Amino acid sequence: MKQLTFIILIVCALLMLKAAADLPDWADPASPASTHLSPDFLEQGYVETATPNIVTVVLADYRSYDTMFEAVVVFAAALIVMVILRHTPRKRGKTILYRPKREGRDTILQGAAQLIIPVMQIFALYVVGHGHYSPGGGFQGGVIFGASFILIALCFNLRFAIQRFREQGVLVCVAGGVLLYAAIGAICQVMGYNFLGYTGLASILGASDVMARSYGILAVEVGVGITVMSVMVSLYYDLASSGDLDEGL
Amino acid sequence: MDELFHYIIAKYNYWASLVLLFIGLYGMIAKNNLMKKIIGMVIFQTAILLFFVSIGAKRGASVPIIKFTADKQPLLEATAYANPLPHVLILTAIVVGVATLGVALAILQKIQRVHGTIEEDEILEDQRS
Repeated sequence: MKQLTFIILIVCALLMLKAAADLPDWADPASPASTHLSPDFLEQGYVETATPNIVTVVLADYRSYDTMFEAVVVFAAALIVMVILRHTPRKRGKTILYRPKREGRDTILQGAAQLIIPVMQIFALYVVGHGHYSPGGGFQGGVIFGASFILIALCFNLRFAIQRFREQGVLVCVAGGVLLYAAIGAICQVMGYNFLGYTGLASILGASDVMARSYGILAVEVGVGITVMSVMVSLYYDLASSGDLDEGL
Repeated sequence: MDELFHYIIAKYNYWASLVLLFIGLYGMIAKNNLMKKIIGMVIFQTAILLFFVSIGAKRGASVPIIKFTADKQPLLEATAYANPLPHVLILTAIVVGVATLGVALAILQKIQRVHGTIEEDEILEDQRS
């Protein structure tokens, strides 16, 4: 059976390699992907939004609907993991797959974590805030911030991390980030522009149309960052303790 | 011969992602352990992400962050920057990939809890009995 699978896959791979002959060459400036839409983004992005990082502009301005529903997908994933793992009758009793770590034993590990975690969190805020001018933004910063809480849980133990960032707080952050994003869009609509048309923020902030789009991008990135950060923490809490939130890795 | 050489060298990004794609697909189909199937799924996903990002590359181009000339004027030439669109799509796809991986692991833990195993044939036996 495995040999048959292997042969079928090799045949498929050869067919796809044949098709690859028609695809554009590596790094070809005249390839279709680089000639239709992206020159407009690169030439108009800075003029229209005053934001040098075009990836951020496309993410949070031109394609902001897409990013909003990506945030909703991540939000839904966190809820689904919780619903699947919590309060289920066990057929064979709980199997302990790991031995929970006792508190206050690893001096070197915990000392190193105490040094690293504040730096990580400040760097995460920098990545979110500086996403207009350098590689970064809400997704990256949120993941780094979430990783700092996971590091707390790994170096101390899960109960210690949950005391610092309780599950209710995590859930409020998961929903709050998405709500912040949607609220920015709704404010724009109330001001008489399209949903997520950031020029609607201009009269509220007292800024020009172009700068209003830049501020709108920042607000939306913060919303994405909060959601992604708390979803990472929520996923870790649930998966590391099989949904019980008592003892974990 | 020259044409074949061009076919291999100028399109090596497709070769690389294709190899990863089929390693992942083979893992998903042929492995018996559900955890290994999930690992295969992640490799499959990574191959597609690499394929997308490689499309965005442009010869002689830099990262898509607008540079400024000496007199503070922005340099607005599309040929100077890589294509930003694949980067955006992949940025969101990576985070969504992590979220779906979390859901997959949760389902796996549930399966382990109900059946006591994550081997596919043992689960089928457990369901028949």
